[in-house]
Amino acid sequence: MRLANTTTVAFRALRRNKLRSLLTALGIIIGVGAVIAMVSIGNGAKSQIESQVASLGQNIVQVFPGNLTMGGMRSGWGSASTLTVEDAEAISREVANIDGLSMEVRDRQQVLANGLNWNTQVLGESPDYPYIRNWPLVAGAMFSDPEVRTMGKVAVIGKTVADQLFPNSAPLGETLRIRNIPFKIVGVLGPKGFNLFGQDQDDVVLIPYTSHMRRVSRRTNLSGILVQAASADSCTTVQQDITTLLTERRRGREPDFTVRSQVELAETANESSKTMRILLLAIACVSLFVGGIGVMNIMLVSVTERTREIGIRLAVGAHGADVLRQFLAEAVILSSLGGVLGILFGIGLARGVNIFLGWPVLISTLWIGVSFGVSAMVGIVFGFFPAWKAAQLDPIEALRYE
Amino acid sequence: MAAVVQLEAIQKTYNSGEVPVHAVRGVSLSIQRGEFVALMGASGSGKSTLMNMLGCLDHPTSGRYLLDGIDASALDRNALADIRNQKLGFVFQGFNLLSRTTALENVELPMLYGGRHLTAREMRERALHSLEIVGLAERSDHFPNQLSGGQQQRVAIARALVNRPEVLLADEPTGNLDSKTSVEVMGVFQKLNDQGITIIMVTHELDIAQYCKRNLILRDGRLVSDVQVKDRLISATELAKLKTAEADARLTGN
Repeated sequence: MRLANTTTVAFRALRRNKLRSLLTALGIIIGVGAVIAMVSIGNGAKSQIESQVASLGQNIVQVFPGNLTMGGMRSGWGSASTLTVEDAEAISREVANIDGLSMEVRDRQQVLANGLNWNTQVLGESPDYPYIRNWPLVAGAMFSDPEVRTMGKVAVIGKTVADQLFPNSAPLGETLRIRNIPFKIVGVLGPKGFNLFGQDQDDVVLIPYTSHMRRVSRRTNLSGILVQAASADSCTTVQQDITTLLTERRRGREPDFTVRSQVELAETANESSKTMRILLLAIACVSLFVGGIGVMNIMLVSVTERTREIGIRLAVGAHGADVLRQFLAEAVILSSLGGVLGILFGIGLARGVNIFLGWPVLISTLWIGVSFGVSAMVGIVFGFFPAWKAAQLDPIEALRYE
Repeated sequence: MAAVVQLEAIQKTYNSGEVPVHAVRGVSLSIQRGEFVALMGASGSGKSTLMNMLGCLDHPTSGRYLLDGIDASALDRNALADIRNQKLGFVFQGFNLLSRTTALENVELPMLYGGRHLTAREMRERALHSLEIVGLAERSDHFPNQLSGGQQQRVAIARALVNRPEVLLADEPTGNLDSKTSVEVMGVFQKLNDQGITIIMVTHELDIAQYCKRNLILRDGRLVSDVQVKDRLISATELAKLKTAEADARLTGN
């Protein structure tokens, strides 16, 4: 029997029992729908995390000071004050594949301008900073190397600070007071949004790190070093090179620093959502399996019910293989249609979640293909036994069956 | 001329119970092309078993069965299916049409199998032609439950004819029909036989057997009688008689 005929006959049989076919397919519909919805939501979350990680900048390697041990008492990360400007200069000088480097001094300060005041994070940075963070300015320009060398009283402010201190006027060229020291606003950063940890990245004032260390915080050490590797591939090498270099500079003392790359950060962020995705996928698989059993059950009923029909077909010359193909085709069509409806259902579900709950979703064509393939496979796997049973029937017995 | 059906010492024994049952005990028989044979016998005489073997639905335990020169007793399941498809046509007592499938699609059924690749159009044409032969072309799109018993049986005959078989096998074809419809169906068989189609039918009704050309009687698995029918009944004449009788009844009734 030709494939076209087999398909026609199978469709005809399914049409005769529309409600039953639909109910049987429901298991597959829900299973596939769940897979598509889960994957869409999971991918949405993943891409959101990725974009947040990317907002940090491209191929970032960060150096943090380590913990401080004093008389047996161990303080937390960042408590050591041993990361120095010399360390940063050594990195810049000796480590290969570096695109940019910014020395970082972090502090919170009350800032005043335009008759208003605001508590914000004041960052001492190098001129490379906006370039490393891939953070363009909307007005003015970043302070320059000479301004860093001369401990210039210049500042570049984030969007939130600009909005808070200059609600009705342009901040460029205005004066900003930090610890009563006047800084001239030379640039305004574009909006960046929230980072991975929910902090407003735009609530920031950038000043040269030298000015910060000498004029504002009066510190001699750095809060961190921000390094940009030349490419994603060199991230790990740069991380290792920095670790080696700083360890050498410590001359056998216990390392009091940490070097992290953005790759690691992204991995950590993905880890939790990955566990969730695996769990959801397992649930989806179980429901597909249950759906498959439903298909098998109905196909077995169908074979018993249609024993006489099978007998007639065998009597007029059908081979066992023809009967097998016919019932297999029915199961596969049933589960594939279930798959198609399930895909539509899943897409609808994902859209609904996006619209009503506001979660980001990303519908993947790959998973649509995989789901369709899997549902067709379910038909083959679970339809085979009933179809095989039908093919084994003896024509005389089958014709006599009441 | 070679016989179209040649049975040589056919035996069939069932070993399913404690005691082996000898359903057919050595039947030898030859049927020529164009014959119209009635196979008769009481229940348990082995006629159904013999019919199943003639229909290539079952293997004999011993003996040889030559159908159109092919030794069917030595063939496997699939080869038997192909023989049934190409050389035999089946008509059953219970019609055995597929329900919720039109008359035309029922008739097309044998053409779906057997490795011939006909286009949908060719299949349709041949099925319609078959239905024309049995006089049901205008009912081709009806479902079995919209047809009378006699019409259903004629659809079944059309299905049996569609692959132009060597032999038409009918198992109690009039068993579920009233006497007038039975005569009509026998008329269809006689017409087909007149066109040269070999027919073998199982029946336990003596008057129905009178429409055939040759009567075989089976008892306890053995052939006990093999006679040519004298005073053969002709369907058309009998139907005319029935019509007159009906008309008379109507006249006297009022």
